[in-house]
Amino acid sequence: MMFNKSQLKAIDKVISTDLIDAGIDYVIFMDMAGNTIAKHDNGKNNLDSVAFAALAAGNFAAVDAMAKLVGESEFSLLFHKGKKLSIHFSKVNDDTLLITMFTKDISLGLVRLKVSEAINQINKILVEN
Amino acid sequence: MALINIKNREVQIKIVYYGPGRGGKTTNLEYINKKYKQQIKTEMVSLKTQDDRTLFFDFLPFDVGQIKGFDVTIQLYTVPGQVKYNATRKLVLRGVDGIVFVADVQKEQRKKNIDSLNQLYENLKIYNLDLFNIPFVMQYNKIDLRQSKIPTLSSKIMQKDLNSLIKVPALEASALKGGNVILTLKKIISMTLASIQDQIF
Ligand SMILES: Nc1nc2c(ncn2[C@@H]2O[C@H](COP(=O)(O)OP(=O)(O)OP(=O)(O)O)[C@@H](O)[C@H]2O)c(=O)[nH]1
Ligand SMILES: [Mg+2]
Repeated sequence: MMFNKSQLKAIDKVISTDLIDAGIDYVIFMDMAGNTIAKHDNGKNNLDSVAFAALAAGNFAAVDAMAKLVGESEFSLLFHKGKKLSIHFSKVNDDTLLITMFTKDISLGLVRLKVSEAINQINKILVEN
Repeated sequence: MALINIKNREVQIKIVYYGPGRGGKTTNLEYINKKYKQQIKTEMVSLKTQDDRTLFFDFLPFDVGQIKGFDVTIQLYTVPGQVKYNATRKLVLRGVDGIVFVADVQKEQRKKNIDSLNQLYENLKIYNLDLFNIPFVMQYNKIDLRQSKIPTLSSKIMQKDLNSLIKVPALEASALKGGNVILTLKKIISMTLASIQDQIF
């Protein structure tokens, strides 16, 4: 999967204005192999994002395989809730994932709304090229 | 740690194929899967990228029948060998009972073999396991390439690089053609069973 400069710039803008500015702490846009394409944070976290993305990819692949075992074509959304921080995974297209991390300061409902808007925009950017 | 169920007289053993990326770990499991189709009740699970690199693990459970009144199941796993997946490799090593190290005899992979073995030593420490004290088999894979123009390392050099300290059984193999794949498997199974003898038998 290849992205040109203007696509990457446009994706960066979507992530920072739609997601980070809305109160989401950390966003990683990555491919299914765990390679980070774009990543943004609000400066409050220091995360080993290479390890994180690799594990996220493994996790997503595992859940995908579970879906197939129970006869679902996919579980397109995954959510892990922690005491302070929660993580939300969604599929952008067949090749990419968007991962967001957020605290209790923002509701899951709003996160889902913002994420789905961002995904629509990213998909538009990807077909434009 | 092997899962031992005294009540049902079942033993489950976890064997992990470890080694550098593209060394042939997945190919080992694929060969075993093909060879022992009848004994393998479930499908092999492979969590991989689109270009067939292991992303999380391959998984192949495998019945070896009764040993001293216990039903023994072997669970074979591979790790993802690419450098960037070390966090994932560590997860796969949890609960490991025996290790096959699949090294690549291609000359250009020499450093990757050594780095991978060194990292395995570190990764095992997380689980209080000692590389020098766990059932371990070395496999020098892609031996078929010696017949090609691709530069390869002699087994003497492989031994010196990887096995001069730990001194474990080592086999030359060709996972692609099947050479010594089963022998490697048998060796690690018998070593692992021997190591848990005291706990059960
Ligand atoms: N010539 C030759 N090629 C082999 C042999 N074993 C594996 N290969 C090839 O090497 C490549 C990598 O094999 P894999 O089994 O996917 O390697 P791996 O160790 O699982 O790699 P990762 O999943 O990235 O860690 C494939 O193209 C295999 O066909 C062998 O014995 N001889
Ligand atoms: Mg593999």
